[in-house]
Amino acid sequence: MKILAKLAFAAAALVAGSAAAQTYPAKPITMIVPFAAGGPTDVVARIVTEHMSRTLGQQIVIENVGGAGGTTGTTRASQAGNDGYTIMMGHMGTHGAAPALYPNLKYDPSKDFEPVGLAAGTPILIVAKKAFPAQDLKGFVDYLKANGDKVNQAHAGVGSVSHSTGILLTSQVGTKTTQVPYTGTGPALNDLVSGQVDFMTDQIVNVAEQIRAGTIRAYAIATPSRSPALPDVPTTKEAGLPQYEVSAWNAIFAPKGTPAEVVTKLNDALVKALADEGTRKRLLDLGAVLPEKNEQTSAWLGDFVAKEVARWTPVLKAAK
Amino acid sequence: MDSIISNLALGFSTALTFQNLALCFVGCLIGTLIGVLPGVGPIATIAMLLPITFGLDPTGALIMLAGIYYGAQYGGSTTAILVNIPGEATSVVTVLDGHEMAKQGRAGAALGIAAIGSFIAGTVSTLVIAALGLPLTKLAQLFGPAEYFSLMIMGLVFAMVLARGSLLRAFAMIVLGLVLSTIGTDLETGEERLTFGIERLSDGLEFVVLAMGVFGFAEIIRNLENPEARDVVRGSIGPLLPTREEFRQSAMPIARGTFLGALLGILPGNGAVLGPFASYSVEKKLAKDPRRFGRGAIEGVAGPEAANNAGAQTAFIPLLTLGIPPNAVMALMVGAMTIHGIIPGPQVMTKAPSLFWGMVASMWIGNLMLLIINLPMVGLWVRLLKVPYRLLFPAILLFCCIGIYSINSSETDVIFTAVFGLFGYALLKFGFEPAPLLLGFVLGKLMEEKLRQALILSRGSFMTFVERPVSLGLLVVAAVLIVVALLPAIRKSRDEVFTE
Repeated sequence: MKILAKLAFAAAALVAGSAAAQTYPAKPITMIVPFAAGGPTDVVARIVTEHMSRTLGQQIVIENVGGAGGTTGTTRASQAGNDGYTIMMGHMGTHGAAPALYPNLKYDPSKDFEPVGLAAGTPILIVAKKAFPAQDLKGFVDYLKANGDKVNQAHAGVGSVSHSTGILLTSQVGTKTTQVPYTGTGPALNDLVSGQVDFMTDQIVNVAEQIRAGTIRAYAIATPSRSPALPDVPTTKEAGLPQYEVSAWNAIFAPKGTPAEVVTKLNDALVKALADEGTRKRLLDLGAVLPEKNEQTSAWLGDFVAKEVARWTPVLKAAK
Repeated sequence: MDSIISNLALGFSTALTFQNLALCFVGCLIGTLIGVLPGVGPIATIAMLLPITFGLDPTGALIMLAGIYYGAQYGGSTTAILVNIPGEATSVVTVLDGHEMAKQGRAGAALGIAAIGSFIAGTVSTLVIAALGLPLTKLAQLFGPAEYFSLMIMGLVFAMVLARGSLLRAFAMIVLGLVLSTIGTDLETGEERLTFGIERLSDGLEFVVLAMGVFGFAEIIRNLENPEARDVVRGSIGPLLPTREEFRQSAMPIARGTFLGALLGILPGNGAVLGPFASYSVEKKLAKDPRRFGRGAIEGVAGPEAANNAGAQTAFIPLLTLGIPPNAVMALMVGAMTIHGIIPGPQVMTKAPSLFWGMVASMWIGNLMLLIINLPMVGLWVRLLKVPYRLLFPAILLFCCIGIYSINSSETDVIFTAVFGLFGYALLKFGFEPAPLLLGFVLGKLMEEKLRQALILSRGSFMTFVERPVSLGLLVVAAVLIVVALLPAIRKSRDEVFTE
C-alpha cells in the first residue's frame, strides 16, 4: 500500500513536473549576467534576450551580479532553483579559465550547469603601440622571442579576457614578457595609445575604433576568418601563428537539474534569436562572431566547455 | 573657428527637436528628484534609470542620460546644502560652507549661486569641449603612470592641508582611506588581501557602500540621537537670488573654479574629483579673511560648484574623443552607448556627427533647463526635505538600501553600509572628518595601480618619479605644500582657521 502510494505520488509529481515544463514559461525569467551593466557580455545578453523574450512570451529580466571575475554571479546561478526561471550568461572566463585561476571556486563549469547554447563570441586581436618595431605578426613574434621580459605587456587584471588570452599567446610563442596589470581595458588601452606599454591582446569591441583611427596597430585577429568590421587585419592563420585561435565566447547556462524540456525551449528561443536578421545585425555590428548551426546545440556547448577548461587549466597554472 | 560654429549649429539643430528637448527635460527633472534624496548620487541614479532608456534612439537616450547625470549632480548639491549630506565625492566640499549658509538662513542664496555658478561653468565647458576636445585629449594622454601617481600624491596633500581640525587627524583619515582601498584582489597576483574570507570583499569595498555608510547612515543616526538638532534647514531659506554684494564676491571664484574644474576634468582617471577641492583651497588662500571659510562664505560654494560642474562636463572629453571612460559615471555612459550600438571612440565625431554635437549642445541646454527648473522648484525640494523626520528617515533608508542593493544585487553590501554607518557615527563622535577618508579611499585604488605600473615599467626604480619632469613638478608642489603647512607660524594660523 505504502509502495503504491509512493508510486502514485511519484507519478503525480512526474505529471505535474512535465505539465510545468509544458506551460513554461509562466512568469518572467531572470538571467544573471555576472558582470556590470554595459560590458561586452552584458551587451550580448541584452541583445539576445530581447528576441528570446518575444519567442517565449515572457520577459527575460537581466540581473547584473558582478564580482571576482564573474565567479560571484556564476556561483549564485549554480545555486539557484532549477525550475528554469533562473538562467545565466556565462563566458570564457567563468566557464573556462576560472577553475585554474580561483582555487576556492564553488562550482564546476561542467557538472553544476545544464548547457543551453552558445550565444556569440567576440574575436581577440593582437594589438601593439603604434611605434612597435615590427611590421607583421612574424616580426612581432621574433621580437618577443628576442626581447622577452624587456617587452611590456598590458592586461586588464588577473582573470580578465586580456590576461588569459595574453598568457596563452606568450606561452604559445614560448617566451615570458613583463606583465603590467590595469584595472580594466580602458586605462590599459589609454597607455597603449600613448606608448607607455608595448602590446596587449583584447576583444575587438574594445580595440576596433583605435585600430581604425590608426592610434594603435593590429597584427592579427585570432579567428578562422577575417572580421567584416576590420577587413584589413589578417587572421593568425594567414599571418603564421595558426595555433593561436581564441575568442571571448558567451553562452547561456541553466542550473544543474533544470528539466530537459525547459532547456530545449530555451535553446529553441536562442536559435530563433540567432536566425533573426535584426538581432544578427546588432551583434555583427559590434564585431561579434555568431555560432554556426551545428555549434548552436546544447550538446555542442557541453563538449565545448569541457574542452575549454582542459585548454586553459595547464596554461594558466603554469603562468602562476 | 568656422567649423566650430557649423558643428555647434548641427548640434543645436539636433538637440532642439521636440523629442530631444522633452527627453532632456525629463532627464534633468528625474535626475534632480532622485539626486535630492540624501545618499543617492549620480552613479546610483544613472544605474537605476539606465533601463528606461533602452527603448529610445541612441541620440535621445544619451541626451536623456546626460540630463539625468547633471540633474543628479545638481540634486546632490541641494542635499549637501540643505541636509549636510554630499551625494558623492565631488559635493563633499559644498557641504562645508553651503550648509553653514543654510544654517544662517541663507540657503536660498547658496542654492542660487550653486545653480548660477554651475550654469556659467557649464556654458564655458560646452565651448571648451567644442573647441579643444581633440587637442586637449592628446595632452592628457601624455600622462603616464608615474605622472598620475605624483598627481594623486599632490591631491592627497591638498586634502590633508584642507581638512578641518588637526593635520594629524586628517592624515590618519587619509591613511585609513588608503588602507580600506587595499582590500580586495591584488592586481598583479590575483591573491586576496584583507578579505577575511568574505566573498563580497574580493573585489574590494564599493565606493557607494562606504560613502552612504559614513555620510548617509551616520548622519541619520546622529539626527536620531538628537531630534531637535536635525540638520535640514527648517526656517526660511531666504531669497533665491544672491545680493549684488554676493554676486560680486562670487564672480571671480566662479571663473577660477570653472577653469580649474575644466582642466582637471579632462584628465582620465577621475581628475574631476579634485576640482572642487582645488577650487576651495585656492579661494581660501586668496581670501582676505580665510577665517570666513567653513562659516558660510559664499565663495566656498560658488567656486567648488562651478569646478564640480565644469569637471563633470569636461570628463566627457576622454570618453567622446578616445572612448575611454575617466570615472564610474562615464563607464556607465559607455555601457549605454554600446547597448545602443555605438562604440565610443574617435570615430563617433566623424561617423555620427549629429549624435556627437547633439550631445554637446544638449549639455548646454540641460544646464539652462536645470537653472529654469530648479530655481522655482527649490521650494518644493525644501518642502520634500521638511517632511517630519520620523516619516522621512525610514524612506531615505529604504531608498538608500534599494540603491545599494541594486548595484550588484547583493544583500552583503547593504549590511556593510550599515556597519560603516556605525563607524561613521563613531568618527563624528571622536571629532574625525570623514571627507579625507573618502578621498583617500577613492584615490587609493588608482594610486596603487599607478604606483605599481610605474615601478614595473621602470623595472623597480623609484627614480622614475623624479626623472620625469611633469611628475617631478607635481611632487615638488606637494612637498612645498607640506612644508608650508607644517611651518609653526602657518600651522598656528591654520589651526585657528580650521578648528571650530
